Amino acid sequence: MADQLLTVQNLFCERDDRILFSRLGFAIAPGEIVQIEGQNGSGKTTLLRILSGLSRNYEGDIFWRGEPVGEVREEFCRNLLYFGHQAGVKAVLSPQENLRWYAALSPAIDAEAIDHALEQVGLRGYEDVPCHSLSAGQNRRVSLARLYLSRAPLWILDEPFTAIDKKGVAAKENLLLKHAQQGGSVILTTHHELGIRGPVRKINLDQCAGTSV
Amino acid sequence: MAEKKWMPRWFYQLASPRWCYQITGKLLPWFALVAGLSLIGGTLWALMFAPADYQQGNSFRIIYLHVPAAILAQSAYMLMAVAGAIALIWKMKVADMVLKSAAPIGASMAVLALATGAIWGKPTWGSWWVWDARLTSMLILFFLYLGVMALNSAIENESTAAQASAVLSLVGVVNIPIIKYSVEWWNTLHQPATFKLTEKPAMPAEMWVPLLVMVVGFYCLFAVSLMMRLRNEIVWRERRTGWVRELLSKQ
Amino acid sequence: MTMQTNSVESQRQSLSGLFWATCRREYLLSFRRKSDLVNPLIFFLMVATLFPLGVSPEPGFLSQLAPGVVWVAALLATLLSMDALFRSDYEDGSLEQLLLSPQPLFVVVLAKVLAHWSVTGLALTLMAPLLGVMLFLPADGMPGLMLSLLLGTPTLSLVGAIGAALTVGLRKGGVLISLLVLPLYIPVLIFGSSAVQAAVTGLPLGGYLALLGALLALALGLAPLAISAALRISMSS
Repeated sequence: MADQLLTVQNLFCERDDRILFSRLGFAIAPGEIVQIEGQNGSGKTTLLRILSGLSRNYEGDIFWRGEPVGEVREEFCRNLLYFGHQAGVKAVLSPQENLRWYAALSPAIDAEAIDHALEQVGLRGYEDVPCHSLSAGQNRRVSLARLYLSRAPLWILDEPFTAIDKKGVAAKENLLLKHAQQGGSVILTTHHELGIRGPVRKINLDQCAGTSV
Repeated sequence: MAEKKWMPRWFYQLASPRWCYQITGKLLPWFALVAGLSLIGGTLWALMFAPADYQQGNSFRIIYLHVPAAILAQSAYMLMAVAGAIALIWKMKVADMVLKSAAPIGASMAVLALATGAIWGKPTWGSWWVWDARLTSMLILFFLYLGVMALNSAIENESTAAQASAVLSLVGVVNIPIIKYSVEWWNTLHQPATFKLTEKPAMPAEMWVPLLVMVVGFYCLFAVSLMMRLRNEIVWRERRTGWVRELLSKQ
Repeated sequence: MTMQTNSVESQRQSLSGLFWATCRREYLLSFRRKSDLVNPLIFFLMVATLFPLGVSPEPGFLSQLAPGVVWVAALLATLLSMDALFRSDYEDGSLEQLLLSPQPLFVVVLAKVLAHWSVTGLALTLMAPLLGVMLFLPADGMPGLMLSLLLGTPTLSLVGAIGAALTVGLRKGGVLISLLVLPLYIPVLIFGSSAVQAAVTGLPLGGYLALLGALLALALGLAPLAISAALRISMSS
């Protein structure tokens, strides 16, 4: 178990009298890309929030490198990059200011590389523009720039490609692949057909759903 | 789990809603019996046999409701805070439920204490409300209860609601002594030498023994209503488990 | 050994770095959204205006009322501004990132509350003499008013932040915060307005200020813990 990055055992979660999943178990090894699938409302986002440690309304065990995640919370957070439904971008701050705050928040993020990362996501020339004058897709890109900055091995990405154009999606897919090839792991949900030229494991939540009560 | 062994066994049994449901079921009739006996006995004693107060005459007899209610209102808040701490530290579901069940009972005790205080105030001070230190503290305690109840009902997710209320009741319990002290101090500043409601020099035994009986009765009444609410809550929260379904199908 | 001290040193550096980065961000945010900055101050002014209109414009009467009115107005203005403390972070997802940071949460929380206090509580303190003049507070009371507000408003911000953290996940947090927090504000109100009254009558202030200081110390020690716990709970649903 210790050579797995993340191990999930016997996970159970219910919401509003409905069992989202029960007896869910899987392990994620370094270098794996895992896509969580399921219909709307099947609990994809809930699962990612549980895995990241945001939500604690679950029963079951989660291990980080063989240790119960609750006991190694700080180390786990150091190794995690979470990309949630909301981009986490402040509208009145510029992309650069937004990313600087993330760099201060997480030591795994490289503060010097901010400009380079913004260039990578195609925001060169927008570094000092307040984010409210950027488009929705550009705002997502500001947040996605964190992927270029991060040195964390585990990425948990909730719908990372929403509002991103085709070319941008291809670039991000390459980035995910590169991350996996370097030994990192990715857990993601997406409505896009993934075009990653590499193995992608799929976990379907519809099969783990309990009957509604 | 090895590090948790230092707590006695019953503590972990208490954590099981099922065990808790069964044990409260067994305790309930006994507490109800004691509550009934001491409340009836205490009331008769207080109204018929205890002597009248030399200053206030018969109107002082409301003390036999006012004081137990006030004591219970405070004890219930302490109980809530303790349950809240247990719920947060040991993640114990039953403690959640105790907290949630105790809040409305405590609040109604506070209302009873305020109402009897007002009724008592009319003959003593000539007005329904006086900004007496104890009454004011009780009013603020009532507000604290309302806050916990409002927060609990505003959050939809049951376990989130319980944890949030636990934090709030802990914050409240840290504040209660400060509030009490500040209100008393404010009161002496603004109204020196008012006639205090309950601070009487040495009450004779014929007066305080029935009071003690009433206090015991109120505690038991509190325990009874707490257990009843708790059992309700347990059945509701555990409605999907096998044992509750079995229980319901039997009825 | 040197390596260990180095890592401790660098950790301390990154903590203070985080503290100041958070303060900087909060200031940038509030100075770019000026309405957040000005609204509580306008509210403060308006509440104080209501009293002469609603009660009596008679100077002798107002001067008696002034300590309490200014304090109640400051308390309500602080309360009004509290709801926004975590809400925008919650809505745009920054709060999630904050909770997932490996850095201790209370550092960020403390920085946020400090920044928030300096644009509300501190600003209210600086504005208070204006209200004092409007309400005929004797000049002797002014230093007492400002000192008591200076020591009391940070406590209000810290305690209010607990309420804000508990209600951040709810759509309508505003009224609920007041319900949760107002009873907890009572000691600060009592000691604060008594300090002003003492100053007006020429009595020594030290005791009141010491009590306000003690409340502040207690709040500084315990509130960040409660705020952090409350934020984690609120985000968990």
